[in-house]
Amino acid sequence: MSVHRCKGTRDMSPQEMRRFRLIEGIFRESCLKWGYEEVRTSTIEHLHLFTSTGTLTPSRLRRVYSFLDWDGWSGERVVLRPDVTIPIARLYIETMADERLAKLFYVTDVFNFEETGKESREKWQCGAELIGAGSATADVELVTLALEVVRKLGLKDVELRLSHAGIIRTLLTGFGLSHEKQTEVFDHILDGDLSILAKLKPERPELGRTLATLLDLKGKSVGFLKNMRSLVNRDLPELEAPFSNFIDIVERLEAIGCGYQIDITSGRGFEYYTGLIFRLFIGSEEVGGGGRYDALIPLMGGRDTPASGFALYLDCLMGLISPEKLTQPSFGKILVSAGLKKAGDLKEAFDLVVRLHEAGYPAEVYLGGPEPADLKWIVEIRSKEPRYVLTDRVSQRKFEAGTGPEVVALLGGRKPRPSAKSKGKR
Amino acid sequence: MRLKIALPKGRLLSETSSLLAQAGWGLDEYRDGTRSYRLKSQKLPDLFAKIFQEKDIPIQVAVGNYDLGICGLDWVEELLAKYPGSALVKLRDLGYGKGALYAAASRSLPAPQIETLQQQRDIVRLASEYPNLAESFALDLRLKRFSVFPLWGGAEVYPPENAELILISRKTGEKTFNNDLVSVSRILDFSAYLIANRYSWESKDLSPAMASLEAILARSGESYTQVADIEKMSEAEGEYPVGEVAGDVVRLALPDGHQQQPTIELLNKAGIRIDDYPSVSGKRRPTSNLSGVTIKVIRPQDMPLQVANGHFDLAVTGKDWLTEHLNQFPDSPVVELLDLKFGWVRIVAVVSQDLPVTDTGGLRQFWAERAVPIRVASEYINIADKYARDNHLGLYRIIPTWGATEAFLTEDADLLIENTQTGRTLAEHKLKIVETLFESTARLIANKNSITDAKKRKKIESIAKTLGGALE
Repeated sequence: MSVHRCKGTRDMSPQEMRRFRLIEGIFRESCLKWGYEEVRTSTIEHLHLFTSTGTLTPSRLRRVYSFLDWDGWSGERVVLRPDVTIPIARLYIETMADERLAKLFYVTDVFNFEETGKESREKWQCGAELIGAGSATADVELVTLALEVVRKLGLKDVELRLSHAGIIRTLLTGFGLSHEKQTEVFDHILDGDLSILAKLKPERPELGRTLATLLDLKGKSVGFLKNMRSLVNRDLPELEAPFSNFIDIVERLEAIGCGYQIDITSGRGFEYYTGLIFRLFIGSEEVGGGGRYDALIPLMGGRDTPASGFALYLDCLMGLISPEKLTQPSFGKILVSAGLKKAGDLKEAFDLVVRLHEAGYPAEVYLGGPEPADLKWIVEIRSKEPRYVLTDRVSQRKFEAGTGPEVVALLGGRKPRPSAKSKGKR
Repeated sequence: MRLKIALPKGRLLSETSSLLAQAGWGLDEYRDGTRSYRLKSQKLPDLFAKIFQEKDIPIQVAVGNYDLGICGLDWVEELLAKYPGSALVKLRDLGYGKGALYAAASRSLPAPQIETLQQQRDIVRLASEYPNLAESFALDLRLKRFSVFPLWGGAEVYPPENAELILISRKTGEKTFNNDLVSVSRILDFSAYLIANRYSWESKDLSPAMASLEAILARSGESYTQVADIEKMSEAEGEYPVGEVAGDVVRLALPDGHQQQPTIELLNKAGIRIDDYPSVSGKRRPTSNLSGVTIKVIRPQDMPLQVANGHFDLAVTGKDWLTEHLNQFPDSPVVELLDLKFGWVRIVAVVSQDLPVTDTGGLRQFWAERAVPIRVASEYINIADKYARDNHLGLYRIIPTWGATEAFLTEDADLLIENTQTGRTLAEHKLKIVETLFESTARLIANKNSITDAKKRKKIESIAKTLGGALE
């Protein structure tokens, strides 16, 4: 019988886990400094958590991992979480609704079936949610935080693409489309099928032109957005409010010197978003994204609460970073070698390793096999004097010590103090 | 080159048989009432055909056991709704066996309309023999909260008390649902379809078989290409309950099928008079001289789940289906009240007589030495799964079936978990029993909460006592 992992799943090797933890560490550090607190939600959720808001498309919901639980005789299914924002909103409503402002972050996996099995069906995200703040400044803070993390990861040439769900929704509402239909139709349009709109409102051809204009143009300044506003407002005055919000955010981003590209088409798959949508690209790879979702919490039965958030895609970032540039060179490993046949030898070896750990050194008992690549010292425990012989693997110089504390002192580059010697027995 | 085709039993058999006869396939034994499942052609020596329940055919073709299959498009779509990546190619509408799949609701609902259900925040219950299409339908409608009850049959009796919506198929010409139902949506038009396994289609030359069918289908022209023409369903005659059942009424489920006759005999012996069971009108709501009790007739396979979810307080089903349910839901609130002693069968593990094993241990040993998964076919998927797990069968696959499971051995399965009375059918198919899992008879089952409900307890105890008395 052959042993292999499930199709569409991914294991992480020690090297990959090192990358994973590096990104996670940098992300956590940034979030904590910006005043965000870490949360973790359950892997299993009710399916109806994701169906009840009507924000995820049927085609997305068809790809969730759903099943009847061991007590699922009611016929209702549970799922492996396909999305993180909705569970965080659930957590907020359930336990934190009294907090005026909740700044939360997470590192977690999401599960979505992918047909070919070529891409992983379990994807890792690190993200932040800012619940209770509805201002343009809040959006700017999230963009800044996301960019800070990416920058700290040593990644350059990050492109920030901006879109606005409010503009897209207002326009599609103008075509008479229900909230539910909007995402689907927008995806069609982005796939190049503009004819779908012509069928919807043939009596107002100017709306089709407005949309085509919006989708075609890309710009890099507030001026561009203001020009667009003057062009499209004639056809649909309702666009004034979302445009003003978009301009407000972009002006603030400019004020802090943040570069961006305006591209309405980057709002694809906007699902629960209501305002700004931003996406981060490195080359053609999307490494993260987020936006404002003011309607989600009330749709889920919570109070009217503005919210926005973003996620960075860990699997993708893992392939882009250079770990060696992000880590300090370490001290190097210490290998404690002893004849491990007698109980006394064993105790001495493990005592020394524990002592070295307490002193802050990476040390392990030699169990045979090849030596670690980053080996710095070998400490041999002998049955006669001198009890400890230390070998520097780089210079091949040897040192002697009589006690464990002397070994620690030697590694620290100090000569053993007489007092340490006299108290040396452990 | 060997060509394998899966052919349907049941409603499509006679028309499929006639089509293949005209096409000169020479499958003389493929006719109504045939006892054999495996068919050889007199004219085409490389052709191997096997007869299956229609619902099994898309699965058998998708997994690659058969190159071609003929079955209703409804069952193809049911598979694809859950597994869109299935290796299936829909080749051709064969033009007969036409029908449509409807979403239907009780006429007694204030507004049996899709829009009302879409707004509903409470659970919308869907019951159907097509659970995957039902789930798809619910997702497409963006229902806020729903549950799906997979059924073995009798969907039309569920609304309004036990389901808001059912998905139910009707053949051309059938104009009613036999119940107080209205159609709220026509989901799918179907007819008999020729399907192929994708890999066979890409790599084998299936054209001779295709061409022989094409010649007949082209000749019959119009009738094979017409779209099913079914009028919107009209309502049935008769009195039907409206709304909720009162809190002190005991809801009893009685079985259809094989268990019906012995159930009637037991009820009669216990002095319980029961009318319209079996139901001539298809109403499935018999009346009785038990006061404060309402009765519905549903499939025994569906009863444990329907008792567990509180739709019924009491039901008459087999120990086999109770065990199947409890294996899926170990903490289910369903309890057994009484052994009704009839409908005795053994639930057994079965292999081919050619396999050199005599017990489960031997079977485990035999398969441990092979690098391929052991294919376990069963109507009882949870019993089969538990058996394979408990006996450490290692790499195994459960193949759900909808009856006539004995035909799966040996081409399409290696092990069956089946019920048998005498073992004669098994012997006829050159099969042998390697283990008896348990014995099953009909049981009176109840929901734990109903037994402790002050308003219902006495009535339930009295029914159990009356039936118990009749057994003595």
